Amino acid sequence: MGEQSPVLEMTGIRKVFPGVVALDGVDFRLFPGEVHALMGENGAGKSTLIKTLTGVYEIDGGEIKLGGVPVRISGPLQAQQAGVSTVYQEVNLCTNLSVAENIFIGREPRRFGKIQWGKMRRRAAELLARLDLDLDVSAPLSSYSLAIQQMVAIARAIDIEARVLILDEPTSSLDTAEVAQLFRIMRRLKESGVAILFVSHFLDQIYEISDRLTILRNGQLISEHRVEELTQVQLVEKMIGKELAALEDLEDKAQSNRERAAEAKPILEAKGLGRTGAIAPYNLTIHQGEVVGLAGLLGSGRTELARLLFGADKADSGELWVDGKKTTLRDPQAAMKHRIAFSSENRRTEGIIGELSVRENIILALQAARGWTRPIPRKKQDEIVDKYIKALQIRPADPERPVRNLSGGNQQKVLLARWLITEPRLLIIDEPTRGIDVGAKAEIQRLVAELSDGGMAVLFVSAELEEVLRLSHKIAVLRDRRLVEELENTADVDADRIMQTIASGATS
Amino acid sequence: MTTTDMTPVTKGGEGPELNKRRRVYKPNTKYVPILATLFLLIVMYSSGVANYRNFDDPSVIVNLFRDNAVLLVVAVGMTFVILTGGIDLSVGAVISLTTILTATLLKADWPPLVVLPAVLLLGALIGAGQGAVIHFFKVEPFIATLAGLFLARGAALTINDESVPIRDDMWREISDYRIVLADGVVTKPIAIIAVLAVLVAAAVLAWTRFGRNVYAIGGNSDSALLMGLPVGRTKIAVYTLSGFCAALGGVLFSINSTSGWALQGNGMELDAIAACVIGGVLLTGGSGFVWGTLLGVLVTGLIRTIINFQGDLNAAWSRIIIGVLLFAFIVMQRLVTRKAK
Repeated sequence: MGEQSPVLEMTGIRKVFPGVVALDGVDFRLFPGEVHALMGENGAGKSTLIKTLTGVYEIDGGEIKLGGVPVRISGPLQAQQAGVSTVYQEVNLCTNLSVAENIFIGREPRRFGKIQWGKMRRRAAELLARLDLDLDVSAPLSSYSLAIQQMVAIARAIDIEARVLILDEPTSSLDTAEVAQLFRIMRRLKESGVAILFVSHFLDQIYEISDRLTILRNGQLISEHRVEELTQVQLVEKMIGKELAALEDLEDKAQSNRERAAEAKPILEAKGLGRTGAIAPYNLTIHQGEVVGLAGLLGSGRTELARLLFGADKADSGELWVDGKKTTLRDPQAAMKHRIAFSSENRRTEGIIGELSVRENIILALQAARGWTRPIPRKKQDEIVDKYIKALQIRPADPERPVRNLSGGNQQKVLLARWLITEPRLLIIDEPTRGIDVGAKAEIQRLVAELSDGGMAVLFVSAELEEVLRLSHKIAVLRDRRLVEELENTADVDADRIMQTIASGATS
Repeated sequence: MTTTDMTPVTKGGEGPELNKRRRVYKPNTKYVPILATLFLLIVMYSSGVANYRNFDDPSVIVNLFRDNAVLLVVAVGMTFVILTGGIDLSVGAVISLTTILTATLLKADWPPLVVLPAVLLLGALIGAGQGAVIHFFKVEPFIATLAGLFLARGAALTINDESVPIRDDMWREISDYRIVLADGVVTKPIAIIAVLAVLVAAAVLAWTRFGRNVYAIGGNSDSALLMGLPVGRTKIAVYTLSGFCAALGGVLFSINSTSGWALQGNGMELDAIAACVIGGVLLTGGSGFVWGTLLGVLVTGLIRTIINFQGDLNAAWSRIIIGVLLFAFIVMQRLVTRKAK
């Protein structure tokens, strides 16, 4: 492959969104007849890189060469004309149109301006036959499963005489047999010289189909490898990046708590709880005063798991027991009645209301729990808010300041305060430390430890293994939307041990 | 699904079987609403024939086209807009503006062959302007065309707030012209123009790229963009077309009444939307046929005819019945689309 010249060469690609550098000098190359995996956690810049290539975003710096010629891709149509076809994770077709139309729309065979439907259907059937598909091409696409829709999207992509085929997580909604069929098609395309850029969260699939891989992290190029050069564990390490930041030591608080947690009553038990497409059925018990950590890569189903416990999503299988009684949490309000609180990972979009003051943000959940017809007296509000501003060391300690003017860490504390004043027995916190500085991180961790000491159960969701290890009594490891292992956080459990599970899925 | 237990890829044999398993049986739901409307129309007509003398006269049907020619033309334009998932509230006001402008220009002795293309062009331009605002500034069609409604209505009232008669020879001639279809069955040119509009629209929607792009955008505008379809151009074209149809409707109005009035066509946008919905054009876009719109117009027209035949009912009853039908059809659409998912 080395002697060949790349069909696609991206050098020094830079893309900036307001306030974020999404891609910072990323290089990427793609040779004809190879499957090249683009690896990285969510937010690493994979999707952004793909979108610069398909013309959805324009690059702010760098150069894209197709077949050795510098190109400027200004839209999806131009990308297609240049020979770059894309199949997106969310099938981007029009389900109200027929199968044949979805393959040919925009390029319908015409005579005197009139679409030749017969010819179009015939050609669609031929093309699908090449992919081992036998469909009724005049049926609306909506009458087929998502997997078949995905195949139709591929049929559309390869009819555009693609030199470069981008498959952005095409397998996330496919079952094993469907994946096998997709891979068969990919191999055939590869043999015919098409270069395939493949994105998947499933490491085994990457290792099965890919020739080379490129790893991104935080919008930066980490490295490019031949697949056989790198073990799965090494790959995961490179994707996550070891962040052994200078966090203050928490003096193994978790260790001292463990025994008490074992004797405590279970607050919440999930028995075979699951939701199709979000998280496979899982068992999980959370005791009083226990910190349960959820570890796993982004997109492994951590948030999905937590949302079921809060009634934010409806489970379609299994049972949820609260205080030893079978319960259905119809919505978050029902969960709040059981004094379960959920602090969202998207603090900007789902949690904090930037225009409101610190006081108003803190009081929000308590007020909601009381009902809006019974306003909390101002004096009481001030009392509560002052107490928590002090307790959580929210800075600046000004209750009337709009929350958007606070730093990320302090916003997170405001969010925590909001839930804490409802005096929950179980606090679910999703990624409380993402995107905040080291000092604030340590403070939030200290707080979680203290709350647990005070008897509150905490479900702690975090991408950072060190953090999960430091705080949790018990760790549940997720992989590919499945709870694969639950382990007591004993002294011999370390990050490598968990990473092993994340990488291999083995429950050794 | 864990990937660890993934079986190795086997060659061949699996493909067709796989599809058979995944093929989910669903009836083709896209024809259900239009068939329901056709059924309704037949039931209404039959009950008319059974209950009233002379209802079986062919002129009852032919007159439906004549009396609803303006609505039909406007509803054809509206169909395109709704198929893209949009809405055009300005059409009634564009009709007003067209009639009063036509009458005023003709009164000022402009040649009719200049006035005709001029007002049609104006309607198209108003539509194009709205389309451009909707596309480039990502304004909700409801708001953009509501603004268009106020502008056009205001402009019409500024020109003249009283009825202006048309004495132009060409207008009068067309207005008085009768086409004999059969013995005792006559119609007017405006009915023919309306039917032509339906035929052209049906052909465009079924057989041209523009027509198919309209459906694609209504189905999923983001997907359409990613498939490389000219989304912006198509959207603007659709509103241009609707503006043009409204102006054409206004011209037909002015021919029919040989006058122009700034409050002519007041509320016609709502009748057009109602006709589309009753005809099975989904308000969410991407599904429906111009034939359905034709049936929808005929249903609303037939309601009025029946009320006329009944004689002792207030004309307001036609509104009430249309309201009930609208509810029924919207609920039916919801059920049909839910089943399709």
